Amino acid sequence: MNLGPHADFIVASYAVTVFVVAALIGWIVLDYSAQRRILGDMEDRGVTRRSRRSGKDSQ
Amino acid sequence: MAIIDLANPTRFLNIVNRALPWLAVATVLVFVFGLTRILNSPDDYQQGATVKIMYLHVPAAWLSMMCWGVMSLAALGTLVWKHPLADVSGKAAAPIGAAFTFICLVTGSLWGRPTWGTYWVWDARLTSMLVLFLLYLGVLALYWTVEDPGRGSRAAAILALVGAINIPIIKFSVEYWNTLHQPASLFRKGGSAIDPSILLPLLVMATGFTLLFFTLHLAAMRNEILRRRVRAMRLIQAQELAEARA
Repeated sequence: MNLGPHADFIVASYAVTVFVVAALIGWIVLDYSAQRRILGDMEDRGVTRRSRRSGKDSQ
Repeated sequence: MAIIDLANPTRFLNIVNRALPWLAVATVLVFVFGLTRILNSPDDYQQGATVKIMYLHVPAAWLSMMCWGVMSLAALGTLVWKHPLADVSGKAAAPIGAAFTFICLVTGSLWGRPTWGTYWVWDARLTSMLVLFLLYLGVLALYWTVEDPGRGSRAAAILALVGAINIPIIKFSVEYWNTLHQPASLFRKGGSAIDPSILLPLLVMATGFTLLFFTLHLAAMRNEILRRRVRAMRLIQAQELAEARA
């Protein structure tokens, strides 16, 4: 495929787009792993989303 | 299932977990199809091969404005209806919109140099697009730097609603002012001015970008819901520790 005399501009456009989209996807995937790991660690330590005190209060 | 069921984050997460793989596969398939169409598309009679930049630049521009529309609706949901997922949606959309706007600005600049002879001019379209990018950065700053998440969210929602004024300015800037940027060539009176051999790849890539946006938005919303759960658990843990010491 011949991109003509302005091939550098075309290639740079596609490279920037791929880089930005890949960075966005990478950030979202890594963030998901991090949040899952933190939640898992906290659940392993017995921390729940319901306060034990409020559970006792309701009894 | 009623639409109100989506207000429940756990139900919403279940739906997202089921939908995301399908959306991701559809996005990849549409992009592969779009790229094959681009490879087989002809050069423009005036611009030559640089018209291939349009297949990135135009969808990115559309998505940058659509994403602000999503954020404005989310802002209404946050400020008026106090929908539990509205703020999550707005916060998740902001970095994606900023990324699309950045792509639009950079590819536009790279397209402008061989076409117009300059990377940048302060005309109405380019300037209003730069303002949109700065507005995205402002919203991100409010979400990420204000210590109280509730206050940050409300401030970001207000900025999202105020910033919505910029969307019609971007759209009509090429009609109301003399700009170096060309006027609309697709959505205009008299129909599209683009040849079908170039229009088809453009529409396929626009569909791919739209699917990419919804895939990333849902994934980012899922992350934000999990982040808020972590924060809630940390607050409960800190409260119980403080009470145990007292």
